[in-house]
Amino acid sequence: MPCTTSANGGWLRSDLRFAPADRSGLAAPAVARFLLQRVALGALVIVFASALTFFFVNLAPGGPASIMRFDVSPEQREALIRLMGLDRPVPQRYMEWLAGALHGDLGTSLLTNEPVTGRIADRLPNTLTLAGSALLISIVLGIPIGVVQAVRRGKPIDHLLSLVSAIGLSVPVFWLGIVLILVFAVSLHVLPSAGVTSVSSDTFGDRLAHLVLPAIALATTILPTVARFTRSSMIEVLHEDYVRTATSKGLRPRTVMMRHALRNALIPVVSAIGALVPRLIGGTVVTEAVFGWPGMGRLALEAAQGRDYPLVTGLTVVVAAIAVVATLLVDLAYTRIDPRLRLA
Amino acid sequence: MNRLGFAALIVLATVAAFAVAGPVLWTIPPEATDAIHGLAGPSSVHPLGTDELGRDMLSRLLHGSRVTLLVGLAAMLAAIVIGVLVGAVAGFKGGWIDGALMRFTDAMLAVPAFFFILVVITVLGTGVGTLILVIGALSWMPVARVVYGETLRWKTAEFVVAAESLGVAGPRLLLRHILPQAIPSLIVSATLGVAFAILTESALSYLGLGVQPPLPSWGNMLQRAQLYVFTAPALAIYPGLAITIVVLAFNFLGDGLRDALDPRRRR
Repeated sequence: MPCTTSANGGWLRSDLRFAPADRSGLAAPAVARFLLQRVALGALVIVFASALTFFFVNLAPGGPASIMRFDVSPEQREALIRLMGLDRPVPQRYMEWLAGALHGDLGTSLLTNEPVTGRIADRLPNTLTLAGSALLISIVLGIPIGVVQAVRRGKPIDHLLSLVSAIGLSVPVFWLGIVLILVFAVSLHVLPSAGVTSVSSDTFGDRLAHLVLPAIALATTILPTVARFTRSSMIEVLHEDYVRTATSKGLRPRTVMMRHALRNALIPVVSAIGALVPRLIGGTVVTEAVFGWPGMGRLALEAAQGRDYPLVTGLTVVVAAIAVVATLLVDLAYTRIDPRLRLA
Repeated sequence: MNRLGFAALIVLATVAAFAVAGPVLWTIPPEATDAIHGLAGPSSVHPLGTDELGRDMLSRLLHGSRVTLLVGLAAMLAAIVIGVLVGAVAGFKGGWIDGALMRFTDAMLAVPAFFFILVVITVLGTGVGTLILVIGALSWMPVARVVYGETLRWKTAEFVVAAESLGVAGPRLLLRHILPQAIPSLIVSATLGVAFAILTESALSYLGLGVQPPLPSWGNMLQRAQLYVFTAPALAIYPGLAITIVVLAFNFLGDGLRDALDPRRRR
């Protein structure tokens, strides 16, 4: 049963393609159960992330408890401790924090005294725009690149694209960002180097122009892997009997490729993309720093530099939730692509 | 091993030689400032020019290579230790221990590790030791998966069952008979792990959360370089190229080793 694979065990799911015929008995309820199981697992992952972060922050030396050592009068210290609730045991505080979090209250930022939820909500759309665009670029470019490589396997174009992929995997995102700024903003003056919009003109075109370089930089964190996965999956599928059958019964090569080969080859690729989402979101920290993009990644950086514990905890949980939801969406796409999961 | 793998090995050997011998032969200290000659271009005294404080770029690159390579290797070792422990115990013990450990691994993979790294640094502060542990603690999951798979695969192999029936049991069975089978896969994981660790170290150092100045690392050299990218782009080019070349070499070496060590992959 595919349902037993792990929350992000996408890689393992490539064996689905060769699954025995007994799965033909899968009915619509199986899909519902598959998705339900995914939702439950996802919720567990979010709770896990929050617990790990909360307990680490509160138990490690140097955490909020270190204000005990601040150079303040005993009365002030006492007041601070009570204000932050540090006089109560950590598990109890975690349960309270979790109860608050379920109601959208992630505590108060130490740096600005604003609610953490509000500070994150301000930045959320920018990060989603950036990460979403990068994901789109990776899919729209990565899959065709992989297909071209598989079809032209061993030819110069395959080697060239493999080399480009390998370089893409090895270039530090932030350095690529700097180089992109150097080339497109400094030398060619065609694209802006930082921010979300220009001060003078806040139009859609202007926003799009600001998005191009950061999205490209961020996309390189996963695009080469998407291409590699598509290539190897496609090569495997092209060896299958049904592809040979389709070719030998006289179908146009294009039809064989698109309808017979690619469709099956995409199944493991989709789960690979799901597994890459956390990496993509992690990449926003560096990308946003390079391009002065006011998103959650930069907020996390500010929180880390300013030792803003509630903010950094809230951010980690929200980011984990985003990764989980994105993976769920991939699972949903999965049931669409793999007819064995959809039809009885 | 394929030609790319060999080329990568030669590149890495050269870089290692530079890291070991470079700072000995090129005696300008990386911290020595020469404010009058700040942001200077290449000259006979400073073959790669100087940075904004007039520090010699060649010396900083050479000293930085030591820091970057050491942090990369140490973080990889930490990841291997944790990954082998988790993967081997889960695969060998089975049952609920297997379930708990591997679900833990999955959960760690499902959340963006970079944000966890920021959490840890927020609490523990910056430092080379922290950096190594943090990168190791958040990149062991692929290793655990690989070792887990190998352990499951070999646990039921005939020679292991034979050893077991001769009375070999417990840790000895795992260490002497099962884990050695995982070494080829581990070597590949380790090689690719160094590449990942170097990329993470450089990103954190670039953000000011990794190796702290005045100690140079390739990552923190880029931190200030971005400020001067308009006037002195060379400052940003050298360290970035160095990181890319070394990471690329580790990736090619890993791929080459995988092809050489795992016949199933050869297609």
